[in-house]
Amino acid sequence: MPLPSDDETVPLPSDDETVPLPSDGDETVPLPSERETASVGSSGPAVVGSPVRRVLPRLTMANAMIAVLLALLGFTLVVQLKSNSTDASLENARQEDLVRILSDLDAQKERVRQDIEGLEESQRQLNSGAQGRQAALDEATRRADELGILAGTLAARGPGLTVSFMPVSNPIGASRVLDAVQELRGAGAEAMQIAGGDGATVRIVASTYFLDANGGISVSGRRLTGPYMIMVIGDPKTMQTALNIPGGVVASVSGDGGNVAIQEREVVDVTALSPPKDLQHARPVS
Amino acid sequence: MIAVLALFAGVLLGVWLDPTVPSALLPYLPIAVVAALDAVFGGVRAKLDGIFDDKQFVISFISNVLVAGIIVYLGDQLGVGGQLSTGVVVVLGVRIFGNVAAIRRHLFRA
Repeated sequence: MPLPSDDETVPLPSDDETVPLPSDGDETVPLPSERETASVGSSGPAVVGSPVRRVLPRLTMANAMIAVLLALLGFTLVVQLKSNSTDASLENARQEDLVRILSDLDAQKERVRQDIEGLEESQRQLNSGAQGRQAALDEATRRADELGILAGTLAARGPGLTVSFMPVSNPIGASRVLDAVQELRGAGAEAMQIAGGDGATVRIVASTYFLDANGGISVSGRRLTGPYMIMVIGDPKTMQTALNIPGGVVASVSGDGGNVAIQEREVVDVTALSPPKDLQHARPVS
Repeated sequence: MIAVLALFAGVLLGVWLDPTVPSALLPYLPIAVVAALDAVFGGVRAKLDGIFDDKQFVISFISNVLVAGIIVYLGDQLGVGGQLSTGVVVVLGVRIFGNVAAIRRHLFRA
């Protein structure tokens, strides 16, 4: 039965308010030892002060004290509740708890540091792998660019020459243009395009062919009319020398009744593109 | 009546001012609050018993708070602050329960 335990508090001498001195009932006397000290502490002033208390404006003084104390209680209660609800637990923790937490954190830090080391190691490995991959990618890109320029699928820019073929008495034949292209190739030309008099341009690649067409030439099926201008990227001096050798391109064109003007350029733009061809039979051997 | 009003005033003041507890007082404030609560419940009980005494209440209130604080301080110095404050809270809690039981018997006759 729960009731006896509840009623137990009544007979306990410590709990009983009427047990202490009748002059001042001790409100907070439950523990015997504490009651002794309390009664000793309070009996002294009580004896001396009992007549004074009757005389003094008891209501104002005592009630003011009680009011102040209770206001203080409410204040601290709220403050404590607030600080408890808002604080992280650390601020209220005791020293030994803090030491334990600190050692826990130290152990955790050690573990995490080892994790960091492992991760950094793997990062290094991955980085070196990535660097190798990046280098391979750069190399492949560079090769692709070179091959693109050679195959005519990429625009190119660099120092070189512009070679103009101007017909004077006879139109320029396709064989003369082909001679010039071969001569330029032999002199180390890296990218070439040929422009006709109407401004149409054709990239000159390995498979480009030149045919005589009526009143002009056909370059890989594209019909151009004179005057022609070849823009070529390569070493200007070598190419100029190659074109000007006795019995070479310049001499033979002049002999056929034409004129060749060679102009050295710091920057030549070869912008015409040759459409890439799908290979049907050849396969790379890796 | 005045006491209840003062309690409310204190609560409102605490809500309104929203102060932060200085760290030196942090371990003692909860204990002091519990000790003061004990004194207040004792006072209410004494009031209902008709033996309430102002001076007794004031002195028991202050001494409760001071003794609780001193015990916790001593415990902290001895390195058993956590256990001692737990003990103080247990003792004060038992007393509060006893006082509340007495108040309940007064109010509800049960």
